[in-house]
Amino acid sequence: MKKSVLLGTIAAVGVMAGVASAGTLDDVKANGVLKCGVSTGLAGFAAPDANGRWEGFDVAVCRAVAAAVLGDGDAVQFVPLTTKVRFTALNSGEIDMLSRVTTWTFSRDVDLGLTFAGVNYYDGQGFMVRKDLGVASATELDGATICITTGTTTELNLADYFRANGMSYEPVPIETNAEAQQQYLAGACDVFTTDASALAATRATFESPDEHMVLPEIISKEPLGPVVREGDEPWGDIVRWTLNALITAEEKGVTMGNVAEMGAAAGPDPEINRLLGTEGGLGAMLGLEANWAANAIAVGGNYGELFEANVGEATPIGLSRGLNALWTQGGLIYTPPFR
Amino acid sequence: MAMADQPAGKSFRLSMLLYDTRYRSMTIQIIMLAAFIAGVAWLLDNMYANLAAANKNPDFTFLSAPAGYDINQRLVEYTSQSTNARAWLVGLLNTLLVAFLGCIIATVIGISVGVLRLSKNWIVARLMTVYIEIFRNVPVLLWIAFLNAILSETLPQPKDFKGEDAEATMSLWNTVIISNRGVFIPEPVFLSGSAIMLYVFIASIVAIFAFGRWASKDQETTGRILPTFWIKLAILIVPTLIVYFVMGQPVDWILPAFEGRGAFDANGEPYTKGIFRIDADSGINIRRSLIALCLALSLYTAAFIAEAVRAGIMAINKGQSEAAGALGLRQNRVMSLVVLPQALRVIIPPLISQYLNLTKNSSLAIAVGYMDVTGTLGGITLNQTGRALECILLLMITYLTISLSISMVMNIYNNSVKLKER
Repeated sequence: MKKSVLLGTIAAVGVMAGVASAGTLDDVKANGVLKCGVSTGLAGFAAPDANGRWEGFDVAVCRAVAAAVLGDGDAVQFVPLTTKVRFTALNSGEIDMLSRVTTWTFSRDVDLGLTFAGVNYYDGQGFMVRKDLGVASATELDGATICITTGTTTELNLADYFRANGMSYEPVPIETNAEAQQQYLAGACDVFTTDASALAATRATFESPDEHMVLPEIISKEPLGPVVREGDEPWGDIVRWTLNALITAEEKGVTMGNVAEMGAAAGPDPEINRLLGTEGGLGAMLGLEANWAANAIAVGGNYGELFEANVGEATPIGLSRGLNALWTQGGLIYTPPFR
Repeated sequence: MAMADQPAGKSFRLSMLLYDTRYRSMTIQIIMLAAFIAGVAWLLDNMYANLAAANKNPDFTFLSAPAGYDINQRLVEYTSQSTNARAWLVGLLNTLLVAFLGCIIATVIGISVGVLRLSKNWIVARLMTVYIEIFRNVPVLLWIAFLNAILSETLPQPKDFKGEDAEATMSLWNTVIISNRGVFIPEPVFLSGSAIMLYVFIASIVAIFAFGRWASKDQETTGRILPTFWIKLAILIVPTLIVYFVMGQPVDWILPAFEGRGAFDANGEPYTKGIFRIDADSGINIRRSLIALCLALSLYTAAFIAEAVRAGIMAINKGQSEAAGALGLRQNRVMSLVVLPQALRVIIPPLISQYLNLTKNSSLAIAVGYMDVTGTLGGITLNQTGRALECILLLMITYLTISLSISMVMNIYNNSVKLKER
């Protein structure tokens, strides 16, 4: 009998894998809703607000894609996923895209059957400690007990960093960001490590953020971006170019306020015209409406507006643009041209 | 075979397969079996086709690749450069450790509570009922998380031990550190001569069994009742202790200590840099995750064992204990000589399934960050390699093997206590 249970499970996996084969764009259009995988709760990136509406920088990417495809930024079903189940959920077709502070790595891209649609945040792994611990640098962390969210690239970076520096540590693996926060505040670990942006977001939610500090060392490259299943190129193109549209919009000064006006009729700048669909047929090439990008921008604004509204310096999270400034302003945010 | 039973001369017709009751059940079973095999084959074929379409052919080579991550509790040597297979082994040993400790603690608590629930003392009996009902009716995951939260929030942090007027101090004459990271106890270091101690200790255990047999035989022939418990305890401890001092105390103890205390840097200043912490190499660290998990699992399972014990005791006819009482046996003797030996036959089978439950429930370990086999092979390895199907298959085989082994051992024990029909 135990054998039959085993086979049943295999069969269930097999059936689930079968669901994922149809074209994602057609599925989303047929359902009238985009199923988007997000964090289980990370302030600034993806968290429900007081009214239960999902808000955040990652959430904004989901909404922009939904607006581009369906014309409605609220036609999104948010699926909160832990780090552990995120890729399985994507591969099995449970979600259409994953926008969940996910690092673009070689093995994930090549081996796991994923396609990264770009980078919406250039991040790196950092350490947060209590100020009264008396530590000013990550090199003084020898012997520390470190809380770490399991199933992430940070786990491997941490092992590499401490090995390279000849230091020892005690890892405390934790499933979700919220649990890690509780353990860190209870003093069950000296250090909390994850992407520096998430550290800033977590610190912002503390009762007294001033008692904690993020150490200066950034020990890894963590380019975070939206992910789709491998093998569905048309859908991958839509997600990739929606993100690019948001970036180009910032570059060209198209904002949430003026997008309706600029998209109404062709203007003097041909690239803006192509972007907003008043000229050429870029939308049709993607299988979308001509005003797809205008819809995406209208939801929450361009890349810069989304950044400032969700994680920027005016928010409690207070991240500066840094690497995530436009390439014209010394950052890495760059997009191929719309033509 | 069935064909041979047929009266001669009556030929076999095909319709008999359906209409003749001698063959009907066999026909149905064969058809069902064929349908089952076909169904399984179809599902497997479907699975392989879909996995191939998703570029995911089953591949176990990841097991020999470096794992790349660290594990806090290691019963065997392991570094981040060890293989995934090694990480599997580390996790497996952690699972076995928590299951072993959990089963023992659960049995001790369960039997005590089960007996006490039948106590004539109203308060004791009610208290035990409350304990059983509370633990049995709340999911074990909540108990694990609850105990973990209590331990991490209430016990002192390492920094609380710092300074002249520290908030917390070491326990048991400065030999044990109880912190929210874990309980640090002294670690024995066996020097030359300690091997003799080990031999003496083993000899003592053998002697205890021999004494037990002699004592019960002696009681049967003469009726003398010896205080066996105290004598056995003395046999266990005294010879080893004597050898310990005769050999010149061959066991050294590494006491848990705080790092940086009393150390000085190159300029002769007190060492203040880095983290004030408990020295990882001093003493044995019983991690909070292990304590919380083990305690929650055993308290939860003990509630079920207690009910099994109560059922077993109540299954014994009241006349048995009354008759024993009439013969002049005291109550504890009635329990240990008359009731429990018979009750065990009723208790053992549900006890087996409780042990299996505890072992399988230990897979909830990740809730407290305890790196059991689900945490290593089914958690981090699965995540980092993306080999979900392979990891889950190996994990299922692992748990199946553990469960069947426990079952086998317990069944042997069950056979030894069951009613001997002569």
